Amino acid sequence: MPVNPKKHEMPTQAPEVRARNFQEVALGYTKEVAVEEAKRCLNCKNKPCVEGCPVNIDIPAFIARMKEEDFEGAYQIITKTSSLPAVCGRVCPQETQCECKCTLGIRFEPVGIGRLERFAADWHNAHAEEAAKRPASNGHKVAIVGSGPSGLTCAGDLAKKGYEVTVYEALHTAGGVLVYGIPEFRLPKAIVSKEVDTLKSLGVSVETNIVVGKTITVDELFEMGYEAVFIGSGAGLPGFMGIPGESLKGVYSANEFLTRSNLMKAYREHPDTPIMKGGKVAVVGGGNVAMDAARTALRLGAEEVSIVYRRSMEELPARKEEVEHAQEEGIRFLLLNNPVEILGYQNPEDPRDPKNGFVKGMRCIKMELGEPDEKGRRRPIPIPGSEFEMEVDTVIMSIGTSPNPLIKNTTEGLEVNRRGGIIVNEDGLTSREAVYAGGDAVTGAATVISAMGAGKTAAKAIDAYLTGK
Amino acid sequence: MYRIVTKKELNPTVIQMEIEAPLVAKKAQPGQFIILRVDADGERIPLTVAGCNPKEGTVKIIFQVVGATTERLRHKEAGDSIEDFVGPLGVATHTDGIEKVCIIGGGVGCAIAMPVAQKFHALGASVTSITGFRSKDLVILEEEFQACSRKNILMTDDGTYGRKGNVTIPLKEMLDAGERFDMIIAIGPLIMMKFVVETARPFGIPVTVSMNPIMIDGTGMCGGCRLTLTRNGEKIVRFACVDGPDFNGYEVDFDEAMSRGRMYSDFERHAYEDTCNLFKKTGEGA
Repeated sequence: MPVNPKKHEMPTQAPEVRARNFQEVALGYTKEVAVEEAKRCLNCKNKPCVEGCPVNIDIPAFIARMKEEDFEGAYQIITKTSSLPAVCGRVCPQETQCECKCTLGIRFEPVGIGRLERFAADWHNAHAEEAAKRPASNGHKVAIVGSGPSGLTCAGDLAKKGYEVTVYEALHTAGGVLVYGIPEFRLPKAIVSKEVDTLKSLGVSVETNIVVGKTITVDELFEMGYEAVFIGSGAGLPGFMGIPGESLKGVYSANEFLTRSNLMKAYREHPDTPIMKGGKVAVVGGGNVAMDAARTALRLGAEEVSIVYRRSMEELPARKEEVEHAQEEGIRFLLLNNPVEILGYQNPEDPRDPKNGFVKGMRCIKMELGEPDEKGRRRPIPIPGSEFEMEVDTVIMSIGTSPNPLIKNTTEGLEVNRRGGIIVNEDGLTSREAVYAGGDAVTGAATVISAMGAGKTAAKAIDAYLTGK
Repeated sequence: MYRIVTKKELNPTVIQMEIEAPLVAKKAQPGQFIILRVDADGERIPLTVAGCNPKEGTVKIIFQVVGATTERLRHKEAGDSIEDFVGPLGVATHTDGIEKVCIIGGGVGCAIAMPVAQKFHALGASVTSITGFRSKDLVILEEEFQACSRKNILMTDDGTYGRKGNVTIPLKEMLDAGERFDMIIAIGPLIMMKFVVETARPFGIPVTVSMNPIMIDGTGMCGGCRLTLTRNGEKIVRFACVDGPDFNGYEVDFDEAMSRGRMYSDFERHAYEDTCNLFKKTGEGA
């Protein structure tokens, strides 16, 4: 039978419908489609896809189970190496990882590995009757700082080996960026809490409202009997451009805008936490976070949302699928533009006018692309005299974050690099004995799956360290 | 959940509570703050620590009822619990090398100024305190300030208690008369702190102010609490939650902070009115 050259389409909510609600955009495969898609896998010998996966899921093996409609079996294979399958199936950039290595992909479209992973995980979550079993304790205690993707992965891997793991979370809900950052329409919060519950049934305990570095220090964790600590505290301080007007009312960091909507549920009808809705919104930046912020603003009721990015579509760092979704929903892409000033309203007659100090526009300059920089990306250069003004009510700065300094400031001997990232070796070990780190706290803003990979590496190293002690 | 151990009304709109939070109680220092949520889906609000008892594991907060969340908190009683309570956040007030200090509290800001005054007093520093209130029935913590101050001046805007006028009047009198301080610490409404800075400026006395901007996470993640400072002629941005809440008063752009503080005033007023109406209705039904 000839192979279907195309991946089975992921059914989605229609763009004009989903642009006004917060329900998940991608609806997931049906059972029949999942089996058909699984059958596209050639089950080739050298399995290049596994190499492409930061947590090395045995992809051909789980797909083989799916061909036989053994979805629970497929899930069990995935969960051997991944602690968050339902999350990864949704937010991993498969096109640059497993799927770009797929042998089928040399001639045709690669197998929809991410979509199959999502199906298996959702199948398990809907059908599994028994909670995961807690393995027998090996008597060792490990503390994890932060309940984002790296921390949860590290916690899950260690718990499966019998470690007594406690995860400390600064916010009031576990999940880190999966909860405060990635919006409901891309990753429903119920899925995150289900994954956290699975870890809890493996014996992981989660303590919220604890800011390690403030409430408890890393050194105190050792005094409390933990034998190793993993720091997965995530990206911290949001970056701003340093242009005039960034403190006007209506200018947000993407972190703040998304946290208000996601974690604090400002998207609901009568929220306790306010957010500026409606009007014209400009999102500055071109990453996945910028796409999330733009699409959130649209769903909150904005009449017009624009991505303002200084390079061209080719250099846009966001996942292609997210860019396409955003375009379908009507987000405008103002490429090769860079803001130089945010303009505020000021009534010259009335210093008490309530509109004073709110954003009313943004001045930008047009850019062209010059020679490639050290990373190989063509450098954007302003075109003199090309400034123009655009009318906006809200500006969301999504130009990256730098690691949070709270832990570094209170942990003696913990070395960080020039940008504030914790320095680690190939095992995730920091400059302090028994202290490991991974995720954005090390690398600065990166992907969920690379953080999970780092959590996994560290879990392996922690296990080797504690069993060898 | 975090249990409310005691509750006391200091004046009709200012309430003191001790909350059971042993880890916070062990660490919190004057000048630091906590963030709480009254109930699930509630907003996160920052409140500066008004004292703590590490032995009992309790943290004292004093808050003014100004909006929906504080109104809901007011309706909680001793024995009830609140959903979330996290801290201590921010940097403690610096006390090193300060032997003579003037502490100025305005309104509910006195709740934060009081533990700072007590700490200086305990360290053997000479404390002069000036507290200001709108009117006699709003005066709080008078005895506490008296107990830890070499000199304690109480002002009311309407003259119904203490001296009439605002806090900068006695400050200027003292400075004019030649009195000098190593540091003036002002905690209260932004407009008060701004004028304390202007009063001290001609005398070149350092002023520390305690900023309380809108914030969400309190750990440096959202950037909502950012302030613009002018340092050596250059404008820089700092986050009140991790770099503050104390700042050099001469560097702070107060006008911008006041403007940013009003970002959600319409929303907040409606939420407050709705909450009050809700409590009124439930009250009538009961």
